[in-house]
Amino acid sequence: MSDEAHITVENLTMAYDDMVVQRDLSFVIGRGDIFVVMGGSGCGKSTLLRHLIGLKAPQHGRVLYGDTSFWDAPTPVRDRLMEQAGVLYQSGALWTSMTLTDNVALPLREHTRLKEREIREIVSFKLALVGLRGFEDFYPAEISGGMRKRAGLARAIALDPEILLFDEPSAGLDPISARRLDDLILELRDSLGATVVVVTHELASIFAIGSNSVFLDAEAKTMTAQGPPTELLANPPNDQVHQFLTRGERENATATT
Amino acid sequence: MSSSPSEQPTPGNVRYEMRDGGCLWVHLAGDWDIRGPTPEAVFPTKALKDAQSLQFDTSTLGEWDTRLLAFLDTLSRLAQDEQVKVALDDLPPGARRLLRMASAVPEYEATDDDRFAKPMAALGQRVLANASAARDMVTFLGETANSCWRLATGRAQIRWRDVGEVIVSSGPSALPIVTLISFLVGLILAFVGAIQLRMFGAELYVADLVGIGVIREMGAIMVGVVMAGRTGAAFAAELGTMQVNEEIDALRTMSVSPTDFLVLPRLIGLTLMMPFLCVYADLMGTLGGLFVGVTMLELGPMQYYIETKAAVGVSDFVIGVVMSLVFGALISFSGCYRGMRCGRSSADVGRATTASVVTSIVLLVIATAVITYVCDVLGV
Repeated sequence: MSDEAHITVENLTMAYDDMVVQRDLSFVIGRGDIFVVMGGSGCGKSTLLRHLIGLKAPQHGRVLYGDTSFWDAPTPVRDRLMEQAGVLYQSGALWTSMTLTDNVALPLREHTRLKEREIREIVSFKLALVGLRGFEDFYPAEISGGMRKRAGLARAIALDPEILLFDEPSAGLDPISARRLDDLILELRDSLGATVVVVTHELASIFAIGSNSVFLDAEAKTMTAQGPPTELLANPPNDQVHQFLTRGERENATATT
Repeated sequence: MSSSPSEQPTPGNVRYEMRDGGCLWVHLAGDWDIRGPTPEAVFPTKALKDAQSLQFDTSTLGEWDTRLLAFLDTLSRLAQDEQVKVALDDLPPGARRLLRMASAVPEYEATDDDRFAKPMAALGQRVLANASAARDMVTFLGETANSCWRLATGRAQIRWRDVGEVIVSSGPSALPIVTLISFLVGLILAFVGAIQLRMFGAELYVADLVGIGVIREMGAIMVGVVMAGRTGAAFAAELGTMQVNEEIDALRTMSVSPTDFLVLPRLIGLTLMMPFLCVYADLMGTLGGLFVGVTMLELGPMQYYIETKAAVGVSDFVIGVVMSLVFGALISFSGCYRGMRCGRSSADVGRATTASVVTSIVLLVIATAVITYVCDVLGV
């Protein structure tokens, strides 16, 4: 982690037409951070991710990559910025008509001039990283949901992105695979120097990997806490954050005793 | 991710050196960047056969990324095939950890041989697949008939709201396109007829030609084709997507019959609407003929009307309407069949939609042929 800002969100208001999802979000994601976006279901975590990856324009405010404001930049600049980002979607979002090899190779074929032999080596290596060596010629429909997710990760990291964004990475994975994925996220951060943004409500993951975080509150429609998750647990700034990080258990425990 | 950053990228290269004791040294140099120049990298297939172990020297290695890792990964797998020990310790720590991670899960060995079936086996499989597809279609027909029976005895799990929705989407919403198509078909028939009939001054018989042609056959057929492309395809896409989203499985596990719940409303809705659309198309087609008759052949509208009335019997009208009823059942059947038997991927939904339109139109043409022949035999 360094103090250098990689992604800066300024006064961001997200809305679907008139329905405001979240307003006045301002936070800084440092280079090499593993930044966790947390909050209950329906609070706009995934919507925030869609704003960060350029799928949805903010109603107000800006998203800056380094010093470049994403939504004010011309399309070629945006494309270049997005090329530096890898996204893992909630259910993998693999292209179902292509084999795993073709899925992972697509960004390599489109954005590099690598030879086919090298592309195959890289694809095989990326699939091995996510524990899917040997599944190169399978179609997404032929593997399990957890494997599809891991294959989606292999595709997201195909180009060694500077920014990795994860939408609910451990949802639908068994605890061991989820743990392995956490290790992999840490490893990718350390060895690629990538900045990682994770949208999740998996507490184990949040504490294991999160170096900084923001808590979105569905009712207040804005962020109510930010900081490293472990610190938020030690000194919760408000009740919602406290309940979220303790699964509401301590509350019940005091109520029964 | 660099050990010595440099401004100008130098292409990466690798050199092998065999030292005592069968220790093969791998000297890595230059930049290995996926967006940079191609490194000169060959694999020491021969030397690996004599080597005992593999050592790395990275003292002159520049920038590196996945490109280097993929190369090292392939190299160490080759080495493992030759039982050569690979010492990763001299690699940069990040590379070492990622390579270890890549080999943490053993390779999956595909045991399923028919993924790579031989031509003969593929042919056999296709025949078997066709046979089972035919059986499947009959099964689906049987399930649908069962559902219809349950409906008749009032035990079907059907939501009448759905029937209403299908009626709206396949009835009133289809009017504009049906108007356009049937008006133009009437017009075309009149044109083609007029050119021939004018030669012996029998222009008036255009009314007979258009009247019988549209009301007995073309009205129903045109509506059938339009609805096959419009509504039948929509049924297949809708049900196919539900299959992909496991919505149909969800119905099954709640012991709601998907045939009752999904197929029946579509079957009823479309089959009910078809006769109405057919009558409307008959009207529009006749108007198309009238338009040509009045503007091109200088016939009076009343004259045209009387001639049409004289030419077209009740039986022609009834045959057209009955045909449209049959078409409605066939189109909704093939749309639902293809949708319910859709695979689990987005490509399968596309395939199901295409197949539904093809099946509908083939069935439609066959049905027309059969009905026309039967009418001829019966003399109606």
